[in-house]
Amino acid sequence: MFRNNYDNDSVTFSPQGRIFQVEYAQEAVKQGSVVVGVVSKTHAVLAAIKRNAEELSSYQKKIIPIDSHYGIALAGLASDARVLSNFMKQQSLASRLTYDRAIPLSEITTRIADRAQTNTQQYGRRPYGVGLLIAGVDAKGPHLFEFQPSGVTQEMVACGIGARSQMARTYLERNLDEFDDASREELIKHALRALKESLSQDKELTIDNTSIGVGGVNENFKLYEGQEIAGWLETTFESRESAPEGGEGMEVDS
Amino acid sequence: MASVFSGAPPMSGPGYSFKQTPTVASSGNREHSFYPYTDNGGSTLGISGADFTILAGDTRSTSGYNINTRYAPKLFKIGSEGPDGAGARIVLSVVGFAADGDALKERLDTIVKMYKYQHGKPMSVAACAQRLSHILYNKRFFPYYVHAILGGLDEEGRGALYSYDPVGSYEREQCRAAGAAASLIMPFLDNQVNLKNQYMPGSGVGHALEQRVPEPLPKKDVEELVRDAFTSAVERHIEVGDGLQMMIITKDGIQETFNKLKED
Amino acid sequence: MNHLPQAWGRPRDDVYGAYDSSHLQTSGPNQHTQSPVVTGTSVVAVKFKDGVVIAADNLASYGSLARFTDVKRLRRFNSQVVVGFGGDVSDMQYLDRLLNSLDIRENYSSASDSPLHAKNLHTYLSKVMYKRRSDFNPLWNHLLVAGLDGEQKPFLASADLLGTTFASSTLATGFGAHLAQPILRRTVPDEDSVQKVTKEQAVELVKECMKVLFYRDARSMDKYSIAVVTKEGVDLKEDEKLEKQSWAFAEGIRGYGTQIN
Repeated sequence: MFRNNYDNDSVTFSPQGRIFQVEYAQEAVKQGSVVVGVVSKTHAVLAAIKRNAEELSSYQKKIIPIDSHYGIALAGLASDARVLSNFMKQQSLASRLTYDRAIPLSEITTRIADRAQTNTQQYGRRPYGVGLLIAGVDAKGPHLFEFQPSGVTQEMVACGIGARSQMARTYLERNLDEFDDASREELIKHALRALKESLSQDKELTIDNTSIGVGGVNENFKLYEGQEIAGWLETTFESRESAPEGGEGMEVDS
Repeated sequence: MASVFSGAPPMSGPGYSFKQTPTVASSGNREHSFYPYTDNGGSTLGISGADFTILAGDTRSTSGYNINTRYAPKLFKIGSEGPDGAGARIVLSVVGFAADGDALKERLDTIVKMYKYQHGKPMSVAACAQRLSHILYNKRFFPYYVHAILGGLDEEGRGALYSYDPVGSYEREQCRAAGAAASLIMPFLDNQVNLKNQYMPGSGVGHALEQRVPEPLPKKDVEELVRDAFTSAVERHIEVGDGLQMMIITKDGIQETFNKLKED
Repeated sequence: MNHLPQAWGRPRDDVYGAYDSSHLQTSGPNQHTQSPVVTGTSVVAVKFKDGVVIAADNLASYGSLARFTDVKRLRRFNSQVVVGFGGDVSDMQYLDRLLNSLDIRENYSSASDSPLHAKNLHTYLSKVMYKRRSDFNPLWNHLLVAGLDGEQKPFLASADLLGTTFASSTLATGFGAHLAQPILRRTVPDEDSVQKVTKEQAVELVKECMKVLFYRDARSMDKYSIAVVTKEGVDLKEDEKLEKQSWAFAEGIRGYGTQIN
């Protein structure tokens, strides 16, 4: 049987120039439930599907508020995300202490990217098995960053990662032009609709399995869960059923 | 030269609240050694009631006879969600060496924020009070030269007030004055809040006199008491004045007020 | 019983006499700065409606000797902030290098599109000062930081060798705290009056203070630097000369200024 000789560690390239361990780590991100993020000129929104292991268990934590100006959404290994979020929390507090400055999102993103990168270049280490969306507001306005286990980071207008996230990204690409000038409420609706796209057909967005995080100019990043999001879920799906736009609701799981 | 710092504390002459003799060598060629503390003057005070706590402090900052600024707050919201102070439920007041006060405030604030991040719920005042004591005690050999007062609401919703010495001894009290004019304000508070030396009218003479029993005061009365305490302290202490900052902690949050004091 | 805790555990003064503290060791190996050597005198600064004016003379004294007469004590940081240094000149030069490296680090970092403003820089410097005093290795300076804060409002604050910080509409270090502050406060008594002061008035006010300081501060000089920080940037002049000096008041005072017999 074929055996890959180049995936035992994350420091060895394959002859094709690939690092398999890093690619496997990226597979771990795809195992996680989907999270999406969108930004307008004034707001940044994260939305996530929470899974519960069984009917009796609690739901996972998908969105973590880090500092008052931003939060993260995760897909993949939650324990790796916790390590990263603890680091981000520390760095954010340190920035506020030493400079009295809310850490710029680009700055905190590069800091975790640097950490992730060292994991891909030192023997005996393992890449983070988690992808993050970092969303919030800093001195330069709202931002959304995507973080991957490889240490690659990108600033995004809208993004979705996790299981079946291609469907969400398709929705986001189609509605790209509307995000910039969208209001807070509209942006949340877009995020929820994108989220819904990625759901298999027998599943619904409920107050139990959905998380929303919102940050805005002159508005602290806040996590909304449970009853707080009932209104948004209601209005989003009402409009979908009463006025289905351009067959987007007919997307078939392929 | 040797007489300037001669071991024993001087028992005469005017002194600032914290001015005490540094115990340094006073040999023939005494070197000008670095003394890491100063006193920035000012006074603070806290009173707790049935369902509220009030903390107050003047906003003058001094060094010697100079006024550094007329607005340097001594009251800090602890564990707030953003820089605007929203979401805080605990207030710390510090008076003494302002740089230590700021450092202490920032340490406690960070700890309370991390507590909320790690436990997903805000820190109780009692827990915060004990933690503050530990922070101070851990630095007992190079203390934070401050008198701290911590205020909030306890688990039952009653006003909670804790006062500290620079090395972390603390206790929960009904009221406490600290800082430069503490010796002027505290006796007034003893009499007006804890009703010391107040007796039931007509209860008798000598040992038959019956003490009036203190009970929590209404908010309005306490506010008035605080204002009176500070306007009086301003008259008699040169390091107190310029502005009066007050924070009133109730179940609805923290209400902050500012009033002018004499700037002389 | 002596009620002062600092007397506890010591031999009683009234029985054994005062404690001879010369036995206390003050000097050992590894000495830190215990006093400044080459020093700069006052820095004065005042806010006006669109920014801040800050000034300091160009003299570095060695005790009573006017040692260096061309020392620039105002330092620009990233075209938005000016830091004024009073106190030890070598420590000032250390801080200057520190700020240089900070500036370079910031410019290379991804966050360089939102540069550090005056408030950020003051917080940073005060942490440096407090850390050093806590290590018993102080930087013997008194700094004024002038510029604009995050909301583009005028910002002026101070940090000293103990790490003490405060902000005010007018500030002056050293001798200036005694001589210049009262003059500055006459025009700008509080934060509200800042709005009524124009740039020209503020510059005139600061120049007047520099003149008074030159009259009365023996460690001062008539050559000075002055900077105006506004939204438009920093206008720093490092080779100004005091104008319209009038020593008439000195004529009647014996030993003041140049006098025969």
